[in-house]
Amino acid sequence: MAKFVGKSFKRVEDPRFLQGQGKYVSNLQRPGMAYVAIARSPHAHADIKGIDASAALELDGVVAVFTGQDLIDGGVGQLPCGWVVPDCKIPERWPVVPDRARHVGDAVAVVVADNPYVAEDALELIEVDYEPLPVSMGARATTEYRAQQLHAEIPNNTAYSWALGDEDGMRRAFAEAAHVVELDLINQRLIPNAMEPRACMAEWDDTMEEMTVWTTSQNPHPIRLLLSGFTLGIPENKLRVISPDVGGGFGSKIFHYPEEIIVPWVARAINRPAKWVATRSESFMTDSQGRDHVTNVRMAMDATGTITGLHVQTWADQGAYLSTFAPLIPTALSITLFSGLYKIPGIWGEMKGTLTNTVPVDAYRGAGRPEASYLLERIVEKGAQKMGMDPIAFRRHNLIPADEFPYQTPVAFQYDSGNYQGLFDKLEEISGYGDLREEQKAKRAEGKLWGVGVSGCIEASGPAPSAVAGSLGSAVGFWESGTVRVHPTGKVTALTGSHAHGQGHETTFAQILADELNIPLEDIEVVHGDTGRVPFGMGTYGSRSAAVGGSALVRSATRVREKMTKIAAHQMESRPEDVYFDDETGNIRVQGATDEGMSFFEVALAAYTAHDLPPDIEPGLEETAFFDPSNFTFPNSAHIAVVSIDRETGEVTLEKYFGVDDVGNVINPLIVDGQLVGGVAQGVGQALWEHGIYGEDGQLLTGSMMDYAMPRADRFPQIETDRIETPSPTNPLGVKGAGEMGTIAGTVTVANAVVDALAPLGVDHVEMPFTAERIWQTIQAHS
Amino acid sequence: MGVSISLNINGEARSLDNVEPRLLLVDLIREELGLTGTNIGCDTSQCGACTVHMDGLAVKSCTVLAVQADGSDVVTIEGMAEDGQLTAMQQAFWDEHGLQCGFCTPGMIMAGVKLVEGNPDISDEEIRHGLEGNICRCTGYQNIVKAMKVAAQAAA
Repeated sequence: MAKFVGKSFKRVEDPRFLQGQGKYVSNLQRPGMAYVAIARSPHAHADIKGIDASAALELDGVVAVFTGQDLIDGGVGQLPCGWVVPDCKIPERWPVVPDRARHVGDAVAVVVADNPYVAEDALELIEVDYEPLPVSMGARATTEYRAQQLHAEIPNNTAYSWALGDEDGMRRAFAEAAHVVELDLINQRLIPNAMEPRACMAEWDDTMEEMTVWTTSQNPHPIRLLLSGFTLGIPENKLRVISPDVGGGFGSKIFHYPEEIIVPWVARAINRPAKWVATRSESFMTDSQGRDHVTNVRMAMDATGTITGLHVQTWADQGAYLSTFAPLIPTALSITLFSGLYKIPGIWGEMKGTLTNTVPVDAYRGAGRPEASYLLERIVEKGAQKMGMDPIAFRRHNLIPADEFPYQTPVAFQYDSGNYQGLFDKLEEISGYGDLREEQKAKRAEGKLWGVGVSGCIEASGPAPSAVAGSLGSAVGFWESGTVRVHPTGKVTALTGSHAHGQGHETTFAQILADELNIPLEDIEVVHGDTGRVPFGMGTYGSRSAAVGGSALVRSATRVREKMTKIAAHQMESRPEDVYFDDETGNIRVQGATDEGMSFFEVALAAYTAHDLPPDIEPGLEETAFFDPSNFTFPNSAHIAVVSIDRETGEVTLEKYFGVDDVGNVINPLIVDGQLVGGVAQGVGQALWEHGIYGEDGQLLTGSMMDYAMPRADRFPQIETDRIETPSPTNPLGVKGAGEMGTIAGTVTVANAVVDALAPLGVDHVEMPFTAERIWQTIQAHS
Repeated sequence: MGVSISLNINGEARSLDNVEPRLLLVDLIREELGLTGTNIGCDTSQCGACTVHMDGLAVKSCTVLAVQADGSDVVTIEGMAEDGQLTAMQQAFWDEHGLQCGFCTPGMIMAGVKLVEGNPDISDEEIRHGLEGNICRCTGYQNIVKAMKVAAQAAA
């Protein structure tokens, strides 16, 4: 019986945050530290004809100014792309551009000063001679033959083309279809905006030739690997990367960024610790952005409303360069989910990754899966409309039955487990769906615009089987490491290669280990985010930490337990198979024996004194395991949103929201509910307000929180969540990912609600975000 | 060209010389006084991460010049808990899981204390309206609202 897993515990990491003691990179100081500021291109596309730093260098307190060429001459390498699909063309990308800027915010020169205010002053004094070039914008438009070319080596600004599925099956389905529905839709550009701006600090030890880099990363080990092998060139055993407390990531802190190269390079060049902290404006123009897909989707149905085929063509805007995992997002994380919760025999997805004069695009919470869910659940909604069926009834008609798992889709993935009808049963129950439709009738009779939106979404989480990832283009493996170190006193330090930046691993991983080792929660400390302390690990993204990182710790704990069993059996002169961990006393005891057995501490100490160990047992009590999952896990959801629209102003109000999710077994319900609600809010943000807008000249028009509409507290109703639990068979915890499901579902659920509200006017699609202006225009056009 | 200022920070009198007139209060607090619990989340006074109390009011310390705080009583997140004993607002944030990454939390707590002050029966709507100037990217605000309601009652 689990004492800890499955129960809500307050987070052990919270007291430091509640008291302002979070160890964020921007809070750290080193003696004699210099401050780095970066001159950035104000042009979306321009040749750099010259840089005059003389005035800046004369300013009191300025230590140095470096150009892109200085860094290249000083040995930095290009930023690599870690996911290469077949025939992918990777553009040149330097941390500081030597000759040409390709998006607003591209780094052009580096200022180092004694004080951050002086560094900012010096930026103003750097004269860069730019020769502006024409720009190329728009995911699809950029591929047209007259478009300005971004990189000479990449024709038609097309970095890659990728397709997956059963093209013949798709063509057959459409040839034989009784009904076909089609939509052109845009999944707009988003800007992640984790509340902590990125930061980097570095310290060089000239005697030992060792570098320490503190960076706001979701995955410090891969960053060390890239710094060492590609960009900075310091050997991995002389390079320590620490990501202490990180204030949110949402994907944007996965990637290797120029500043992570610049700051340690500067620290070594001036032999002084150095720090850079992004302003929010810099975050807007340098953090990898999200989404930006232009799609045509067609769906074929037979006469009864059974979905038989799906054809999707998407142009994915990747920005000016290919960020670390950019090609993964629209391909292996998106097309693979086109089957959704449904049995669809003929699916064919085609994707083009294109380049524009914009900030690079990469994973943003959900990463490819919200894009898949958006297009699928929008076209399914249209299918239901075409068939004159209730949206839930239409979905139920097409769901994969619970007895067909594992279910092989035509787009590579094999779903692990699920009970999709059960999801909708619970959703109808908690939302009072029948009553909502009655209420809608009454509102419509009064002339009100009131919509009920439904979605059923799937996610692939817990990346990934390393061999599968490799076959799909990954340059790395996606296993995770976990070390359980039992100290001689019986206290435990757990080291995980996963990284927490809000997810609460220090609590949930301790819960897992407290059960596995039968010890109190407070005896366990979970350590992450430091390559100097933790064995190589892959970090956190794709809702992988519990399924992959948690499983690695389970495996190490199991080995520790086995070793303790053998030691205890030896010392108590018994057989290992008779020894058990007693839940009640916390002791390790012998079946049937009347004595108290040995305490956890006594066995741990015995392992270290090594005075009396079984002959085949080594001293010490520490185990490390590497868990490579056999499959992804497939969380799934059914959500409902209710919106009202003000006819006069076009303003959309989210009135109610209900979500039922299946994230497998739940370790800490308090934390999982927090993830789901927070995720929904982020998804709703995309539907209603958020949009990273560029002008035709490539200027970022939404470059601050004054212009980019972040979700605010007063725009949300209470979000009601519930769950069903079908354990995943692919990991020992039976968990699925919980971090992204809300975001994946939230956007399209609200989109369907808004379209449903406008349906009486004859509207069958509106592009996001549903700002008052856009909705007002839509109402005018249909009145 | 700097000026001298004196202020009371978390109950302690401090005098600083040679303060640049353009120095923001938040930078004074973080860089000069070493109190890094007050975070900076934006450049445009939108996010509220830097909220502190100045002479009894919740203010965004990125929007106040350090010299304007001359003679003021300033309280930061570090001045809330006494001897490790959390205040009602901090405790409620902990109990109700009102934080995830923790970066907006100090500002939320400082704003929340003033928001619920003298209003033990504050409604969800009032809290949500009062939080318009504080942005959280993680929680969807739901547990923050819950925590503030609990704290409002506890403080009464």
